[in-house]
Amino acid sequence: MAKTKSKKNVAIKFDTDWKYDPAPESKDHIRLQESYDLFINGEFSKPSSGKYFETINPANEKKLAMVADANEKDVDRAVTSARTAYDKTWSKMPAKERGKYIYRIARIMQERARELAVIESMDGGKAIRESRDVDVPLAAAHFFYYAGWADKVKYAVPGASAKPLGVAGQIIPWNFPLLMAAWKIAPALAAGNTVVLKPAETTPLTALKLAEIIRDADLPPGVVNIITGAGATGAALVNHPGIDKIAFTGSTDVGKIIQKAIAGTNKKYTLELGGKAANIIFEDAAIDQAVEGIINGIFFNQGHVCCAGSRLFIQESVAKKVIRKLKDRMETLIVGDPLDKNTDIGAINSKMQLDKIKQYLKIGVNEGGEMFQTSCSVPSKGFWCKPTLFTNVSQSSRIVQEEIFGPVLAIQTFRTVEEVIEKANNIPYGLSGGVWTDKGSKIFKVTSALRAGVVWANTYNKFDPTSPFGGYKESGVGREGGLHGLMPYLEVEHN
Amino acid sequence: MKRTDYLVTDSPAIDQVGVEERISRFSKRSIKKESKMAALKMALSMVDLTTLEAKDTPGKVKQLCTKAMHPHSAYSDIPPVAAVCVYPNLVRVAKEALKGSKVKVAAVATAFPSGMSTRKVKLEETKWAVNEGADEIDMVISRGHFLASEYNFVFDEICAVKEACGQAHLKVILETGELSTLDNVRRASDLAMHAGADFIKTSTGKIQPAATLPVTLVMLEAIRDFYYETGKRIGMKPAGGIATSKLALNYLVVLRETLGNDWLNADMFRFGASALANDLLMQIVKEKEGVYQSIDYFSKD
Repeated sequence: MAKTKSKKNVAIKFDTDWKYDPAPESKDHIRLQESYDLFINGEFSKPSSGKYFETINPANEKKLAMVADANEKDVDRAVTSARTAYDKTWSKMPAKERGKYIYRIARIMQERARELAVIESMDGGKAIRESRDVDVPLAAAHFFYYAGWADKVKYAVPGASAKPLGVAGQIIPWNFPLLMAAWKIAPALAAGNTVVLKPAETTPLTALKLAEIIRDADLPPGVVNIITGAGATGAALVNHPGIDKIAFTGSTDVGKIIQKAIAGTNKKYTLELGGKAANIIFEDAAIDQAVEGIINGIFFNQGHVCCAGSRLFIQESVAKKVIRKLKDRMETLIVGDPLDKNTDIGAINSKMQLDKIKQYLKIGVNEGGEMFQTSCSVPSKGFWCKPTLFTNVSQSSRIVQEEIFGPVLAIQTFRTVEEVIEKANNIPYGLSGGVWTDKGSKIFKVTSALRAGVVWANTYNKFDPTSPFGGYKESGVGREGGLHGLMPYLEVEHN
Repeated sequence: MKRTDYLVTDSPAIDQVGVEERISRFSKRSIKKESKMAALKMALSMVDLTTLEAKDTPGKVKQLCTKAMHPHSAYSDIPPVAAVCVYPNLVRVAKEALKGSKVKVAAVATAFPSGMSTRKVKLEETKWAVNEGADEIDMVISRGHFLASEYNFVFDEICAVKEACGQAHLKVILETGELSTLDNVRRASDLAMHAGADFIKTSTGKIQPAATLPVTLVMLEAIRDFYYETGKRIGMKPAGGIATSKLALNYLVVLRETLGNDWLNADMFRFGASALANDLLMQIVKEKEGVYQSIDYFSKD
């Protein structure tokens, strides 16, 4: 293998005389209302609670809009409207017609892509590069993909008949607000269900924009209802007797609460929960491309990604080299204004999340980990965390065992294939993983041995509507995406 | 450096898909305002203004040299280009025409562009070009030998040409368009640097594809690894196919984020190009005046 000798005191200077000027994406075309109501039965209506809460821009802590706080009565209204729409319209409609509506949503999303991307970055803090190139196009792609399934559901399960379940209650997280709404709504509608969706309380704006799009697409009233609120609203939705299925994406803790709450009921459920993925670099990997894969794996969306490659395993023979390259690459990451087209890492989604990340940084240092953060400066207002890595950590460290959900990478080394498989699997999560090697046979051996729902080889964080996504163990139950993602919204009867 | 210190199998594998993804991300950097102006001027100062045609004459080369020293006289803050690149028999003409300026003379040598000759002839040609006054020699590697895995042959040849160069700087042209894989590009880069190249260069401009961003990134990463291993800074020259300012700026972004400040100058980075200079000038004037001017306002040579 390659020599790892290197000269001392040799360093690349990334603080260059030639710098990039700010290149902010315009937000002049964005029209946000003072306040947003609940989208129930095809129109926006005031919450019976009369209460509203603030949603802010995490990059500058300024208020963007007030958003209605739905209580139990509102949830009941939304579920009733979804039930009526299911019974009277949506389930009676020819499947081909349902497909047309879903296509229409996809097309309007594409037409309003720029607006959606900018609002996503303002409300959630993610870099416009990502909301523009990943979140919004993928969200539209999900609607396009599942629109195609709408009139082909009976071919999805050969030899059996498949019927929709009824009303789906859907609760989504704050890390990919619009994309998660698409992952939830598109398959549910294609299978013939109606939905009540609750976006996260820190990032409700693009879901409310999606409500406008659904209204503009002339969907029959009540087929999609979007209600905003925090945990209590979610709990009311989960516990509502009129719900046939719960689809939840979020933390493992809340996932467990949901499982308990619906135990003994007829409600079906899919849960997409936390993760702590192993990203494994073998000595024969294409090193520079693997380094890029590590960067994408952990720093994509500020590390607010359930499938983030947050545990890095490097084979010992190349560990020094990879870590040096990784630190160099981290130095070139631009942290700052999410709306700047050159920004690589935006703002942490909320103060609560930033506090949690900071606490883990402290834990990491106290456990004896060696912390490296890049030399970038961060804005004084807003919530920010510099790209961070820890070396000198072990399998038993808390920052190795627990999901941080931030731009924090924990690095361990290994010697053999067997050792790394054992370490990679030795965790309560099993959502995703990555393997980097130039040798095809090693890819097959290691990917088959990893107990994780999604494993990437020589790439990371690749998503496609046709591909199923979901976890083992505490990472969840059920799959989303592809044909697999359609099944949890169908009642299949074998004839 | 002795050959025994280096094995071509030390070169890491290169994943083409990963390289292309990285390039697409680099290409999304948005260069605006002052940073754009600074980059345009920097790019101009890095150009090796090139004429490599069999129909080249002293008259043509003299014109090119004037353009090299004074790219656009309408403004005083426009820098001269880095060098003029010609065939060996026109080196003396260029040297004479550029006298008193800082613009260097680069000569292609070693049976450019094919390299299909004997080592003796290649070394003679190199020495002759240096004697004629060439500051820089752009040699080609023997691609046939390289592809036949006769790495020692290629290594020794570069060492010999380097010796023949004397004080002149040696740029080693890999002709990546004939190497077929990025793995080969990486190996050839490592081999050339260990054999004594001062610069590594993508292409002759006579073969398609010539310079590309993925190939350039792989070569820059090889330069970075070589720097970490030896402490020596090797220069980079993409050549051929870079005709627009937008593309040139993309190259500078890749350079900046791979090798940093010490490489952002004409001593360490060059563009081998002919049409690029005028496009850079057009953009510089557009930035200054706010409107585009007709190409007829910019001299061809």
